[in-house]
Amino acid sequence: MHEMSLAEGVLQLIEDASRRQSFARVSTVWLEIGQLAGVEVEAMRFCFDAVTRGSMAEGAQLEVIATPGSGWCMQCSATVALSEVFGACPRCGTHQVQVTGGTEMRVKELEVG
Amino acid sequence: MCTTCGCGTGEVTIDGAVAHQGHEHDHVHADGTTHSHDHAHVAEHAHEHGEEHSHSPRYAPAHAHAPGLGAKRMVQIEQDILAKNNAYAAQNRQSLAERGIFALNLVSSPGSGKTTLLCKTIAMLDGQTVAVIEGDQQTSQDAERIRATGAPAIQINTGKGCHLDAHMVGHAMEKLSLTENSLLMIENVGNLVCPAAFDLGEAHKVAILSVTEGEDKPIKYPDMFRVASLMLLNKIDLLPHLDFDVDAVIGFARRVNPQIRVIRVSATSGEGMGEWLDFLRDGLANAGAAKQETVASLKRRIAQLEAQLQRPLP
Repeated sequence: MHEMSLAEGVLQLIEDASRRQSFARVSTVWLEIGQLAGVEVEAMRFCFDAVTRGSMAEGAQLEVIATPGSGWCMQCSATVALSEVFGACPRCGTHQVQVTGGTEMRVKELEVG
Repeated sequence: MCTTCGCGTGEVTIDGAVAHQGHEHDHVHADGTTHSHDHAHVAEHAHEHGEEHSHSPRYAPAHAHAPGLGAKRMVQIEQDILAKNNAYAAQNRQSLAERGIFALNLVSSPGSGKTTLLCKTIAMLDGQTVAVIEGDQQTSQDAERIRATGAPAIQINTGKGCHLDAHMVGHAMEKLSLTENSLLMIENVGNLVCPAAFDLGEAHKVAILSVTEGEDKPIKYPDMFRVASLMLLNKIDLLPHLDFDVDAVIGFARRVNPQIRVIRVSATSGEGMGEWLDFLRDGLANAGAAKQETVASLKRRIAQLEAQLQRPLP
């Protein structure tokens, strides 16, 4: 995945928010990254550090909240937990599962000041 | 920069001209809010233009920071990281819907036969207006091949970039002067990984997989097949010479995306093209009908307002 362009996207969101909300330093950034988003968290940390050097978010602590994967199983007619995007239903084993959650990549909140 | 392939920034050209100059259009912030610009972007301008660029020392906070004001507070963002691209994509989608244009984003590995398929499609859709946006790292070979069929084409060269994004496509759309009720085909950079994440404003992503590529591609590159509505299995004229298991590839594609539709085609022999053309015609009909409905509902609204004012609107 594009952890570097995602990290740049995070920094842009932070910079836009800093203009609207009038803050100049960020100490902590909370991201919500879904288990099924295809994002390598360690690569994300590395890229975030690289991208924020020299910016207003330099040195900010990155907290990653992993949101769980879920899917609708067509056989069970129920929402089940999914750990892989094309994984099987943990109850009945079919692959006929439609992903319903765990693909998000969001900036949740910031601690600033 | 993309860590997968090292693609960089600032080297994108559209039909040979550098994409980012001062010009008039709506500017989208990373959080998706928009406003219009009508001036060239200058260094002290507070808004960053374009998607990926270095965050250099020229950025400076516009306000004074009072020393001692170190109290920390929480700022809620709740924003999707790809919000900016999605906002540009939404603008593209809106602009296409207003004109009843059916747009497809064609994705595949290099060499699957996208351009040949497009040329054949344009020829067989004789009479239907088709425009094409081509994406490649370098050269305008593909756009030239399309133009040779008589259809207008624009070439986006991404430089080191590995995928098209909505911002580039928006610019290309402006340059194309698209006509009402036409077909827009966007041939993405040949890449089964990166384009999956980037909405361009299309009605559907169409994944093109050729029978010389191996049945397991859908499970090896699940993101791409998950976001595609249709898989075109191309080069089926070669099946007698190969050990390719068609049922297996369809099974793998359905495992990753139970809803995916599959059409088997050969751009060279013409086999299966009828079903693909029907898909295109259905899409055009839907886009046209949606536009008519919007126009009709706007007319109804204007009639209501006129009745309220009891005189025609100027």
